[in-house]
Amino acid sequence: MRIPAIVKITLGTVVGAVLVFVYLPLAVVAFNSFNASQNLAWPPRAFTLKWWGRALHDAGALHALGTSILVAACATAAALVLGTLAAIALDRFEFFGKESVNLLIILPIALPGIITGIALNNAFTTMLGLPLGLITVIIAHVTFCIVTIYNNAFARMRRLNGNLRDAAMDLGADSFTTFRLVTFPQLRSALFAGSLLAFGLSFDEIIVTQFTAGTSVQTLPIWIFNNMFRPGQAPIVDVVATFLVIVSIIPIALANRIGGKESIQANAA
Amino acid sequence: MSDREREPGTAIPSPHRSAARSLSALFGRRPRLALSALLVAPVGWLVLVYIVALLLLLITALWTTDSFTGLIVQKWNLENFKQVVMEPLYRTVTLRTLGIALAVTAIDVLIALPVGYYMAKVARPRTQAILVIAFMMPLWAAYLVKAYAWRSIFSDGGILSSLGHSPGLGLAATITTMSYIWLPYVIMPVYAGFQRVPNSLLEAAGDLGAKGWRTFRAVIVPLVWPSVIAGSIFSFSLTLGDYIAIQIVGGSQQLLGTLIYSNVGTGGNMPLAAAIAFIPIVIILVYLLLVRRTGALKNL
Repeated sequence: MRIPAIVKITLGTVVGAVLVFVYLPLAVVAFNSFNASQNLAWPPRAFTLKWWGRALHDAGALHALGTSILVAACATAAALVLGTLAAIALDRFEFFGKESVNLLIILPIALPGIITGIALNNAFTTMLGLPLGLITVIIAHVTFCIVTIYNNAFARMRRLNGNLRDAAMDLGADSFTTFRLVTFPQLRSALFAGSLLAFGLSFDEIIVTQFTAGTSVQTLPIWIFNNMFRPGQAPIVDVVATFLVIVSIIPIALANRIGGKESIQANAA
Repeated sequence: MSDREREPGTAIPSPHRSAARSLSALFGRRPRLALSALLVAPVGWLVLVYIVALLLLLITALWTTDSFTGLIVQKWNLENFKQVVMEPLYRTVTLRTLGIALAVTAIDVLIALPVGYYMAKVARPRTQAILVIAFMMPLWAAYLVKAYAWRSIFSDGGILSSLGHSPGLGLAATITTMSYIWLPYVIMPVYAGFQRVPNSLLEAAGDLGAKGWRTFRAVIVPLVWPSVIAGSIFSFSLTLGDYIAIQIVGGSQQLLGTLIYSNVGTGGNMPLAAAIAFIPIVIILVYLLLVRRTGALKNL
C-alpha cells in the first residue's frame, strides 16, 4: 500500500508531539534534581549537586532499594517457574477448561491492583490472622507476575517447531532431558524478556504493596510516596526518581539486544 | 531402554537417571497425568491465593463492623451492599471513576492508533527500533515519578502557572496524568497488532481498488481491533482501581480506590471496603465479558 506523503508527514508530526509529551515530565523531574531551591521553585535560579550527594547517603532510600530488589527477585523467580509450567501445559495440551485457566492467569492483571490488594489483605489479616510483612508482599507480587512470564513463554512456544522436540524424544531423551537441552534453550530469551518485565512490574508496584506490606516493610515506591510530601525531602525524591529513569535503560537495552538478535534469527529462518 | 540399544557416542545424556526416566515414560503413557503435573502448581497458586482470596472478600462483605469496638462481627447481612447501592456518595464516586477511566482509555487509544500505525507501517526499521525503545522506557520509569512530575507541572507555582495559566490540581490533572502513565501499556499491544497485519493484505486491498482510507477502515481496523481492546483493558482497569495518582494530582477529588483504601486498616471498616471493592470488580467483569468475543483476551 502506498501511503501518501501528507499522511506520513502528519503521522510523523503526531508521533513527535507524543514523544515530547512522554519525555517532558521526566525531563522536569531530572531538571529538578539539580534545582538549588528546596521547594523546587520554577524556573530554577541555581543548580546544585547537593541533593545527589545527600540521596547517596539516605539510609531510608538505600534500605528501601534493597527491599525492592529482594521482593522483585523472589517474586520473579517464583513466577518464572509457575508461568513456564502453565505455558507448557496450555501450549501442548487441549483440555476442558483451557479457556478458564487462561482467564485465571490473566485475571490478576485484568482486575485493578487494588482488588488484588484488598483481597489478599483481607485474607491475610481478617481471615488467617497473619502478620503483614515481606512474605505477604512477595506472595502478592508473584500472583500478578505469573502472567508476564506466561505470555512471553506461550507466545514463543506457539512459534516453535515441535519437530526438534519430537526428534529428541525419538532419539531416546526423556521429557526432562528434552526440556533441558531442546525446549529451554529455545525459550531462554523469551523467559528472560518476561522476567525483566515481571521484575519491573514488581519493582514499580505500589498499590498491592501498600495493602500487603503492613508498616514494617518499605519498598522504594512506598519510600518515595512517604517522602514525596515531606518538605525537605522533595529534591531527594527527584534524585531517586531520576536515578530510576536512568537505571531503567539497562533492562530495555538488555531486552532489546536479545530481541534484536532474535528478530535477525527469525528473519534468517 | 536396555544398554544393548545404546551405541557409543550417542547424544543421549544421563541415561542413568532412572527416576526421571520412568516418570517421563509414565507421563508419555498418561498425558492427563502430565497435564495435571504441569498445571497443579500454577493453577493451585492462583486458585489458592487469588480466587480463594476473592471469595473470602465476598464473605467479609457480608459481615459487619461493630461501630463501638471497631471489630468485625460475623453476622451475615446485606447491609454493606445495601449501603453501597443506596447511598448517593457511592453513586457519585462510581460515576466519576467510570468517567475518568473511559476518558483516559479514549485518550490513550486515540494517541496509540496513529503512533502504533506509524511505528509498524510507516517508519523505517531503524526508526522503528528506536521508537519502540523510546515508548517502552517510560513504562519502566517509576509510576510515582510520573505522577509526581505532573504534580510539579500542574501545581500552584508549578511550570504551567509560571507559563501563564494552570487548571490546578483536580480532574483535568488526574485525567492527563493517568493517560500519560498508562499510555505505553496501550501503545505496545496496538503497535504489535499493526505489526501483525500482513503487508500483502494491504497490497491486495490496493490492487482491488481500495484507496488508503478505505483500506484502513475495511482491512486494518478489523484486524487491529482485538489489540486495541487488549490495550484498553489495561488503561481502563488500571484507572478504575487507582487511588495513588489522584492523591498526588487530584486535589481533594475521590475515586472508588480512595474510598476502599480509607476503609482498610485500623479504624477502618473492612466489610464496607470489601463491598465497595465489588463495584470495580463487577464493572471490569462486565467489560471483559463484552470484549471477550473480540479475542482481545488472547492479546493481553
